[in-house]
Amino acid sequence: MHPDPQKIKEAFPQIVQEAQIGLGELTLFIVKEGIVSLCRYLHDDSEMQFNHITDICSLDFPEDEERFEVVYHFYSIPKNHRIRVKTRVSEEECSLDSITSIWKGANFMEREVYDMMGIRFEHHPDLRRIMMPEDFEGHPLRKDFPTEGRGWRNTFEFLPNNS
Amino acid sequence: MINKGDNITKDVAIGGKQIEAPHETKPVLRREEFLLNMGPQHPSTHGVLRVVLDLEGERIVKATPDLGYLHRGVEKLCELETYNQIIPMTDRLDYVCSMTNNYAFVRAVEKLLQLQIPERAEYIRTLVAEMMRISGHLFWLGTQALDVGAMTVFFFTFREREEILDMFEELCGARLTMTYYRIGGIDRDLTPKIIDRLKKFIKEFPKKIKEYNTLLEHNRIWISRTKDVAVISGEDAINFGLTGPPLRGSGVNYDIRKAEPYGVYDRLDWEVPLGKNGDTYDRYWIRILEMIQSARMIEQCLEKLPSGPILASSPMVTLPKKNLVMSDMESLIHHFLVASKGFDAPKGEVYCGTEVPKGELGFYIYSTGGNRPYRLKIRPPSFIHMGAFDYMARGYMISDIITIFGTYDIVMGECDR
Repeated sequence: MHPDPQKIKEAFPQIVQEAQIGLGELTLFIVKEGIVSLCRYLHDDSEMQFNHITDICSLDFPEDEERFEVVYHFYSIPKNHRIRVKTRVSEEECSLDSITSIWKGANFMEREVYDMMGIRFEHHPDLRRIMMPEDFEGHPLRKDFPTEGRGWRNTFEFLPNNS
Repeated sequence: MINKGDNITKDVAIGGKQIEAPHETKPVLRREEFLLNMGPQHPSTHGVLRVVLDLEGERIVKATPDLGYLHRGVEKLCELETYNQIIPMTDRLDYVCSMTNNYAFVRAVEKLLQLQIPERAEYIRTLVAEMMRISGHLFWLGTQALDVGAMTVFFFTFREREEILDMFEELCGARLTMTYYRIGGIDRDLTPKIIDRLKKFIKEFPKKIKEYNTLLEHNRIWISRTKDVAVISGEDAINFGLTGPPLRGSGVNYDIRKAEPYGVYDRLDWEVPLGKNGDTYDRYWIRILEMIQSARMIEQCLEKLPSGPILASSPMVTLPKKNLVMSDMESLIHHFLVASKGFDAPKGEVYCGTEVPKGELGFYIYSTGGNRPYRLKIRPPSFIHMGAFDYMARGYMISDIITIFGTYDIVMGECDR
């Protein structure tokens, strides 16, 4: 189940770039500047009523100019429909507006995206790392982050040196 | 340090310089906030969870959860494994209810592949998921009661949980990380022995629930430590993204098994229990009532269980039968190819949420067409619930922290991934 994409496109012609339906799921591609206004509409509009935030996550496409894709999943309990909203950010301007003013649950989810992918959320009340230690360097879910670590283990004095 | 009732009459040294104290004698009330680290090794935090508590006396001013002590990079690891190889990794998320994680993952992959599941497999999957729910809720009830100070309940609930785990052991050979679900069906069929044992268990189970309630229902300590503790309204619970018993305890009727039915839930007769006050006591009742509903569903599944295959007929995706692998060369090659190379999923993306004992466990898969996901994101209910922890803990006493941890039924393996 998903809402009518045409209505959203008409309401935000400057923001919504594309609407796709695949495997019964609606995906909206939007420009990053419009994330807060679109989310406010999805939350408040009587036909949308996306009152429940399901998840926020991110993808990395290192070859692309706009490298990172932030993916939002929302659900409407009264209407029983879902929507996916996607937007792209580049590595140089790696930031988006926070939607914590609309859904309080977005707080931890945005912190996780920041920690794992390094995308900043402006106006977030407490943007800190959530899984990794504060002094950790790099963002582990980026495709260029090595899967075997960066060799820090070899510098630990308490581990036997196998080299 | 100046305490209440101390007289400040002596000269005090500040920065090595003697200053003269005021001549008037006044009692000074000590008011300062106290910072307390709780965990990550505290036995009541159900794993490695650290919470930094700002206290004013014994009252909580702010509770800041510090996560990540059990972070193992599961999502990154999933990008390196084939779809079938990911199933055992999902066991390690919520290790108390491992099979429900399997279920959530295989459902997401099946949605991506648009794979049809045989009828018998659907019934068994639903039945086993409900057994797992009973097992998970029993674990929660026992440990929550133990945290509050009621030890007998712990022994009683683990007695029944042991029975369920024995049945699981007979079913799939494991008791903790069970890896029972397969993409396209299940690993093994129910045996007549398990069915008999399960029927006997279901018949006895309502009496056992009465036993737990006898110990807790009128227990003054239990009631005073759970009633009106960690209250959250339905509106706030929705806004924080809570799901499962923490959401339904606040009276919000949202259960994926009803809203977006999967398995055979739409063919069974059952109800969604709802709370009123949104406190810890309501969440306790929700879980008790859910166990009763689960028992009802298992009974109906056993009655209606059809005959037929337990794995979809899709040779590119599913493994051949074990006995054939041992005797037939073609089946051996087939098994080898599926197990080592996996299968290529179509390009696309999918989100699939499943109702597990703790709430909505969702898997988002982005596939670029290979035999492994380009990106796999897990939406763990425990992690989302921890986002509301500070909000729910503020204003309560330090001793309430333990019950507030417990009320979410958090498992850190799932929270930190």
